[in-house]
Amino acid sequence: MKQATNNEILKIEKLKKYFHIGKDKKGPIYVRAVDGVTLSIKYGETLGLVGESGSGKSTIAYTVVGMYRPTSGQIMFKGKNIGIEASRRSLSSKKEIQIVFQDPGSSLNPRQTIEQILALPFRIHTQMPKRQFREKMVELLEKVELSPDYLYKSPPSIGGGEKQMVAIARAMASNPSLIVLDEPTSALDVSVQAKIINKLIDLQKEMHLTYLFITHDLSLMRNVANRIAIMYLGKICEVADSVTFFEKPLHPYTQMLISSVPVITEEEKKLKPKKVISIGEIPSPVNIPPGCSFHLRCPYKMSLCSKVDPEMIEVFPGHIVRCHLFAKLENKKQERSDWCEEESAIY
Amino acid sequence: MKTKENVLLNIKNLHVWYKVYGGYLKVLNGVHLMVREGERVGLVGEAGCGKTTTMKSILQILPPGEFHIPQGQIFYKGQDILKISFKELQRLRSREIAMIFQDPTAALNPVFTIGNQIGDVIKYSAAFEENVHKEKIKTLSIKVLKEVYLPDSERIYLNYPFQLSGGMRQRVCIAMAISSPRNLLIADEPGTSLDVTIQDQIMRLLNEIVEKRKTSIILITHSLGVAKEMTDRIYVMYAGAIVETALPEVLFKNPVHPYTKGLLASVPKISGGGIAKGIPGKLPSYLNPPSGCRFQPRCEQESPICSEKPPQLFEIEKDHLVACYLTQR
Amino acid sequence: MRNSKQLNNSISISLVKPKSIFWVNLEKNWYKFSRNRLSIVGLVIVAGIIISAIFAPWIIPYPEHTGPFVDFENSMQPPSLQHIFGTDYIGRDIFSRVIFAFRGALIMAVVVLTLAVPPGILLGLTAGYFQNTWIDTIIMRITDVFLGVPPLMLALAIAAVLEPNLMNSMIAIALTWWAWYARLVYGMSSAISKEYFVIAAELTGANKFHILFREILPNCLSPVFTKMALDVGWVILIGASLSFVGLGEQPPIPALGQMVSDGAIYMPNLWWLIIFPALAIVLVILGFNLLGDGIRDVLEAGRD
Repeated sequence: MKQATNNEILKIEKLKKYFHIGKDKKGPIYVRAVDGVTLSIKYGETLGLVGESGSGKSTIAYTVVGMYRPTSGQIMFKGKNIGIEASRRSLSSKKEIQIVFQDPGSSLNPRQTIEQILALPFRIHTQMPKRQFREKMVELLEKVELSPDYLYKSPPSIGGGEKQMVAIARAMASNPSLIVLDEPTSALDVSVQAKIINKLIDLQKEMHLTYLFITHDLSLMRNVANRIAIMYLGKICEVADSVTFFEKPLHPYTQMLISSVPVITEEEKKLKPKKVISIGEIPSPVNIPPGCSFHLRCPYKMSLCSKVDPEMIEVFPGHIVRCHLFAKLENKKQERSDWCEEESAIY
Repeated sequence: MKTKENVLLNIKNLHVWYKVYGGYLKVLNGVHLMVREGERVGLVGEAGCGKTTTMKSILQILPPGEFHIPQGQIFYKGQDILKISFKELQRLRSREIAMIFQDPTAALNPVFTIGNQIGDVIKYSAAFEENVHKEKIKTLSIKVLKEVYLPDSERIYLNYPFQLSGGMRQRVCIAMAISSPRNLLIADEPGTSLDVTIQDQIMRLLNEIVEKRKTSIILITHSLGVAKEMTDRIYVMYAGAIVETALPEVLFKNPVHPYTKGLLASVPKISGGGIAKGIPGKLPSYLNPPSGCRFQPRCEQESPICSEKPPQLFEIEKDHLVACYLTQR
Repeated sequence: MRNSKQLNNSISISLVKPKSIFWVNLEKNWYKFSRNRLSIVGLVIVAGIIISAIFAPWIIPYPEHTGPFVDFENSMQPPSLQHIFGTDYIGRDIFSRVIFAFRGALIMAVVVLTLAVPPGILLGLTAGYFQNTWIDTIIMRITDVFLGVPPLMLALAIAAVLEPNLMNSMIAIALTWWAWYARLVYGMSSAISKEYFVIAAELTGANKFHILFREILPNCLSPVFTKMALDVGWVILIGASLSFVGLGEQPPIPALGQMVSDGAIYMPNLWWLIIFPALAIVLVILGFNLLGDGIRDVLEAGRD
C-alpha cells in the first residue's frame, strides 16, 4: 500500500461537476452541482461534509466513488489520480473505496439473501475459495452485531437499522481504506442511529478506516467528524475542526444553520449563535447568483458580495472560510473574537 | 386554567389490531391521550411505535377490512367518535379535525392545480353548512395561500404541484388544512422530508397559525428537539402505548421511564460528548407481543410483575405521568 | 433465540434453515393467493384442465373417437347420457374430443411461451440496462416492428409458404409474442438499473453478466410470471383462431377452434357442435385469467 505524502489519503482539487440539462437562447444550461471544491482527508480521520439539499455534498461523494466523472479537477487517492468513472477504474481502487448509501431499502437487492449480497465483494476482491466465504461472512456479521442466521434472511424482512448494518458490513467486506457514508442514518430513528454511529466509530478504530461522512444533521456531525466542511450551492463555505466549527463559526451560512438546529439541553442553547432567520428559499443550482452564491440570503451582505466570488482564506490554522468579511484577516494571528454575539464584521 | 371542561379530544384505552397472515398485529395496546382546547400536544416515538395508527384511528382512515378495534374509545367534544354515523364522521373530517401528512408530494394530486385542490377542500367542507359560490371559493383559496406566506399566491393558485418546491408544497398542505376553521390539527411529521432550515420555517408557521386561531394541534415527530420547542405537552410512545407524558421542560430535565431516558441519551448534542449506545434490542413483534410491559425485553431493570400485565399510566408528580412498575413507590 | 458465537453452531444452523424458509413462504403465499376467492376458482379450473389433458387418453369415455373414426348411425345426436356433449356430424363423441383438444391447446401454449419468453426477456433486459445507447435503440426498434405484426396474419403468411401444421403455427405465434415480453422487461430493467443496489454492485466491480442476471433479472420476473399465466389463455385463443381457419392441428386430431368451425354450418339446429367447444375455449381463458390475477397478488405484494 503506497503511502501518500503528507498523510493525505484523499485529495480533491478544484473539482467541478456540471450536469448538462438542455439549452436555452444563451447556450447550454448546466446544473453546477459542484463548482470548484478543494478538500483533503487525512488517514484515519472522519471528514464531515454538511449542507442542505442542492449543496453538492452527495455529488462529491458520488464522484469520489466513481458514479460520476468529474467535469474538471482532480481526485487523488493515495497519490493516484482516480478522476474517472468506476467502470474504467482499476479493481484495486474499487476495493479500497466503498460507499454506504442513504436509503437502506434500495441499497440492498430485495431478491437476494444477505449471504448472496455479502458474497459479491468476497468473490471479486479475494482469492478465497467459496467454502471459506461463510466463515468470513459470519465474522463480518458479528462485527456489526448481527447473528449468523441473518445470512438467510432477505432485506424486506429485516428492519431499517439492520439493513444499514448489512450495508456497512458489505462495505467492509473488501477491506477498504476509505468509506464514503452518504447520510447513512438519516432515514433511521434516533436510537437506531446511536447504535450504528457508535458501531461505525468502533469499526473505524479497529480496521483503520477513513470516513467521508455526509449529513445534513449538524448535531450528529459534531459527534462523528474530526473536521467539518460546509457546502452551499456547490462551493465550500467553511472548513474547521468540529469543536471550532460549533464554538466559533465564522461564515454567516454556518451561523445560520447552527442557529436553526433544534436543541434540548441548556448547554446546547448557550452554544448556539444568535438566531439568524433564513430568508426565502434555497436557490436552485441552475440559477446560481453572481458573485458570492450566498449573498441573496446573507444578513451581512456588502456591495462587493454580489459582484465578486470570494476566495478560500485560511483565517486561523486549519480554519478556512470563503467570505469577503474575512478578506483582510488572512493568516493574521488575531485573537478569536466572539462572532456569535457581534453583528458587524471586524476588519 | 386547564380544567376537565376544556378537553377537546380524549383517547381512552385504545386498542387497534391489523389483520394479517398468521393472526393479528396488535399494534395499539391501550393508548391514552388527551388534547385540550388551544393546546399543542407532541407525540414522540420511533418508527413502528403506532403514532400514525393512532392518528389514523381518530379520523378513521385505517385500511378498511383490515383492522379491528377490540376495545377503546375516542371522545371528541364528549362524543365517542368511533361509534358515530358516516355522515357525522364526514362532518367531523371536514369541519373539525384536519390532518397534515408527512410527505407533501404524496399528499397533493399531481394532475390538478393547487387552486383546484384547495377549492375542492373548501367546497366539500362548506357543503355541510352552505353552498359556496365559485368566485367565493377562489377568493378564499387565495386568502388562505397568503396566510401561509406563499409569495405570489395568484400564480401559485394556477400552478401544479411539480412546479413548487418541497417547502411550498408543505405550505399548501397546511393551507388546505386551515382553509376552514378547525378545532384540531394533526400534523404527521411535517417537514421531515425537507431541509432543516425549511423545516424550521414550516414549524414556525404552524406555531403562528395555532396561536392565532387558537386551534389545538397534535404534532407527531421523532425529533425531540422539535417537540421541545413547539409543544405544550409531550407524549412519549413505545410499541403501541404511551409510556410517559409531561410538560417539555419537565420531561427533558427529569425523564423517568427507561425508554425516555434511553431516547434522550441517544440524541446527539451540538456540545459534543459523543452519543450513548442507544437502546439494546428492538421493537417487539406485534404478532406475539410480550404479555406484560412491552418495553420489558429491552429494559435494564426488571421485576416479576413487569411481564405479567402492561403497566398503567400513573401520576408520579404533578402533571407528569409514567407507565412503569419500577417507578411506583 | 440468540445464536451462540460458536462456529460449529452456525454451520449446523445453515444446514437446517434454507428448507424451512421455503415452506414458511409457501404458507404465506397461499394466504395471499386465497384472499381472493376467484383466484381459487381459477386455480381449480386450470388444475382440472391440466389434469384432464394429461390423462385424457385414459379418462375420456370414447378414446377412439379422437382418431379416424366414423359412425354415421350415431351422428348428430343431441346431448344424452351416453354422449354428454352429443355427437358430431360423423358420429364422434364431442365430450371426448373436447377434453382431448385441451392437450393440443396446452402443448401449444407451453411451446409458444418456451420459444417466446426467454429471448424476449433477454433482449428486454439488455436493452433496459443499456438504455439510451445504440444497443437499446436497435433492440427496441426491432421489438417495435414485431409488436406491430398481428399474430394471426403472420401465421397465415407462414402457412401459405410452408405446410399448415401445428409446429409451424406455434413458431408463427412465438415470433410475434416475444416482443411483448421484451417490452415488459425493458420497462422494468431500465428502472431497476438505476436503483442503488445495482449501482453498489457495479461500484464493487461486478461484471455485466452478474449485474444483468443476478441483480436486475430477479427483480423483473414477477410481472413476467403473471403475464405468462394470462398468456396461456390468449395463446390458446389464437391457436383456436388458427385452427378455426384450418391451420394448426389437422383433422382427425381434434382442436377446439376447428371444432367450432366445423360445426358452424349446422347452426342453429345442431347447436351442441359449436357451443361446447366454444364454452371450453371460454373456460380455459377464464381459468388462466383468474389464476393469473391470483399469481399477481402473490408476487406483487412483496414486503412483510
